Amino acid sequence: MNKPTLAKQEARWAFWFLLPALLGLGLFTALPMVGSFGLSFMQWDLLGAPRWVGFANYLDLAQDPLFWKVMAQTGFFVGLYLVLDVSLALGLAIALNQKLRGLGILRTAYFMPVVTSMVAGAILWSWIFDARYGALNALLATIGLDPVRWLSDSRWALPSLVVVSVWKNLGYDMLLFLAGLQAVPRGQLEAASLDGANAWQRFWYVTLPLLGPSLVMVTMLATIRAFQTFDTVYLMTEGGPHRSTTIVGYWLFQNAFTTFKLGKASALAYVLFLGLLALSAVQWWGRKRLTHQED
Amino acid sequence: MSPFVSKRVFAWVVLLVGAVFMAAPFVLMLGTSLMTYAQTVAYPPEFWPSPLTLANFEKALGETPLLRYLGNSLVVAGLTVVGQVLTGSMAGFAFARLRFKGRNALFFAVLATMMVPVYVNLVPLYVMMASIGWVDTYQALILPGLTGAFGIFLFRQWFLNLPTELEDAARIDGCSPWDMYWRIAMPTAWPAIATLAIFEFLASWNTFLWPLVVTNSDALRTLPVGLAAFKSSMREATDWGLLMAATTVAVVPALLVFLVGQRHFVRGMLEGAVKD
Repeated sequence: MNKPTLAKQEARWAFWFLLPALLGLGLFTALPMVGSFGLSFMQWDLLGAPRWVGFANYLDLAQDPLFWKVMAQTGFFVGLYLVLDVSLALGLAIALNQKLRGLGILRTAYFMPVVTSMVAGAILWSWIFDARYGALNALLATIGLDPVRWLSDSRWALPSLVVVSVWKNLGYDMLLFLAGLQAVPRGQLEAASLDGANAWQRFWYVTLPLLGPSLVMVTMLATIRAFQTFDTVYLMTEGGPHRSTTIVGYWLFQNAFTTFKLGKASALAYVLFLGLLALSAVQWWGRKRLTHQED
Repeated sequence: MSPFVSKRVFAWVVLLVGAVFMAAPFVLMLGTSLMTYAQTVAYPPEFWPSPLTLANFEKALGETPLLRYLGNSLVVAGLTVVGQVLTGSMAGFAFARLRFKGRNALFFAVLATMMVPVYVNLVPLYVMMASIGWVDTYQALILPGLTGAFGIFLFRQWFLNLPTELEDAARIDGCSPWDMYWRIAMPTAWPAIATLAIFEFLASWNTFLWPLVVTNSDALRTLPVGLAAFKSSMREATDWGLLMAATTVAVVPALLVFLVGQRHFVRGMLEGAVKD
């Protein structure tokens, strides 16, 4: 009788340990990923049989003026979000990175939106932005300004949604910066101080370069997050007024589940996926460069 | 005033203004939920409830399916936590402590699934569920969330740090890998378990897109989907007091879980970000 070797036994155990997780990831992530790729070359409305159309869905997208409008709006949304989120999160982290009284309570306040569902957040902000009864216009009235139709004026709707996204995620990005700041060695700051550098110079020449990797990481996570924005659009504006808040996630959802153009939605999903992968590659490259500078 | 003190005062003021911006929506939510309907539609708007009333909460819990949504959310989040902890710890243990061919490549593939945006899987996942008649069922709501790369990663990290002496001793005593996992590794892993449990509970409690797509009746809706349906059902004449009461019911459990497990949650978020 030849007993299986120890190595073989161990591999067999590993198989059973991995089975539940790999089954889940295979069925609900890998398989749909392949399915989505296949669907992007088909035309299907969920009722009849899917029809192979080659690259037609991708060409359709490229020729659809709405696709370019949606992309431009998404770009505006992501850009404005990044500027506000990254600068505010960094500023707050710097303010938090010192010994102050009562910080615990403040930190908890910053985390409340992070653990609240975006749906609840969207409802709270719909109330604040309400043109007639909302708190924001009431606040403006006290300083003599006219009410603004925040969510139904196409000039204001998209920036208003950016504000909600910033509110929701600021605490998280602040935490990431804080972790990065706490890794900045005190000695270097003190040395710069002795050399006569003022606070601004110390920040610009010592802290910021050391913070480079955190900066790249936060920017990347925030970009991915912003590109996937859906809940606020669905709840607060439904893509309007005049499609002015239709950004890519919401448009994809409409294509898939309102007009049932499953092929087109899948093609759009892959365009988004490849775009995000390309951005991640840029991040990886940027991070490597910044880490090399440290050496 | 010395420049040192003024700098600290400045930092305090900045942080305070930020904290007010963060907390104000919650204060308004609570205030509005305690108002009478007449007060919510007063013009100019009022923000301090007077008289105080619990009528909105009574109505939200008694006359809407809110309790049903709450129960669904609890069931889904609870099972998600159990599934994530079990599948994640088992796979994490295999990746950390067992030797087999292709281990690194497989682990890399698992990590790569974190890069896939939810939109890429949404349509085929729905088609899958529809083709086996699972739309609007608990299994469709729960199964896709039972495992994930983050949990596997977290437990792998934890189990890599187990001292080898423990393992060797167990091996000599004739322990099988299952005994090592269940009797030796898991009892040391409480911090990792707590971190993943809190993280996944909140993620499941708050998730919207998948439950929105795969449910279509009140019986199956979770809180976020239920709230969205509730809001859109009111359209032009929103009863903000009632809506704010319902939102409060959805928000408070998540805040409580966070307050209790703040430490673990913060660690989970940091680990999630520095995953490479």
